[in-house]
Amino acid sequence: MAKVKGDIVVDIEKCKGCELCVVACPQDTIALSDKINKKGYHYMVKIKDNCTGCENCALVCPDAVITVYRKTGKKKEKVATITNVQKDMTLEVN
Amino acid sequence: MDETIVKTEEQEFLEEEICVAENLVYRRPKTLTDLDLHYCPGCGHGVVHRLLMEVIEEMDIQDKVIGVAPVGCAVFAYNYMNIDMQEAAHGRATAVATGIVRVLPDKLVFTYQGDGDLAAIGTAETLHTCNRGENILIVFINNAVYGMTSGQMAPTTLPGMVTTTSPFGRDVNKMGYPLKMTDLVAQLPGTYYVTRQAVNNAGNVRKTKKAIQKAFQYLQQKKGTCFIEVVSNCPSNWKMTPVESNKFVEEKLIPFYPLGDLKSPKEETK
Repeated sequence: MAKVKGDIVVDIEKCKGCELCVVACPQDTIALSDKINKKGYHYMVKIKDNCTGCENCALVCPDAVITVYRKTGKKKEKVATITNVQKDMTLEVN
Repeated sequence: MDETIVKTEEQEFLEEEICVAENLVYRRPKTLTDLDLHYCPGCGHGVVHRLLMEVIEEMDIQDKVIGVAPVGCAVFAYNYMNIDMQEAAHGRATAVATGIVRVLPDKLVFTYQGDGDLAAIGTAETLHTCNRGENILIVFINNAVYGMTSGQMAPTTLPGMVTTTSPFGRDVNKMGYPLKMTDLVAQLPGTYYVTRQAVNNAGNVRKTKKAIQKAFQYLQQKKGTCFIEVVSNCPSNWKMTPVESNKFVEEKLIPFYPLGDLKSPKEETK
């Protein structure tokens, strides 16, 4: 689970199976399904768990069927570790 | 949006962790209506529709924008864009937009036209609108054929390109040379921002979105005509798969129609 950073949700009934997202995905996460939707198109499915949430598939999708989620969990836990703190140091946090 | 979303078991398992509202980075813009687009699979029209609506949603100008739809494949654009829209006669979208922006100068008016509409039947209207420097945005989708009427040769068809009315390839001696509308209007003093973009891959889509964002900002500042040409594909009439057609755009169309800003505001202030 730690490797997974992103996820996509596909509205398969609107998908027309143009495969542009399959080519755009740098992780080869997406492929066309063997099944068809109501329109008769093979729709896209996620076949791997290595999605990074890069949005490329959603950007090239002509039918806007892809919703992208991305998790940046580690940043919240620990921003930085400060050692050797001296008295006259000032620390600015943006 | 009442979307029927079917997920695999794996996705449902992952959804507990990732698919929550705070992790959302991309979704269908709400300014796009819930209808299915009628375009062929892989058509660039869908991408440009979505980009326009994304920009309008992000800039929160949904109630200020008026779009003018063309005749051509994008004739039903008013069904998909959840903004005020007006249909124009073939090629006359810029003339209609001129009327709208003169009556309602505070509205942000854009036209959405293809190459048959803007570069063939509407050449005069387009050039004169740009020459007058009306405060409108012209979005020009160039896919080098007449898409709606099944792929006849357009003014923008490349030399040697096979279409239904040029079955042996476009012979420039008989049929003339391709018309580079964007280069033409860049010469006119009325235009403020003229650019050529493409939607064949994710990087170009991001650049196109930035260009649209800029153009709407210039419209708000009442700078003059903004002209965005988007080099697009036509898988059905090029008789290719969508992926092949995007390769064709990259290998043939973009070398002939080089991407980039032909006229940007910095040049004008010199």
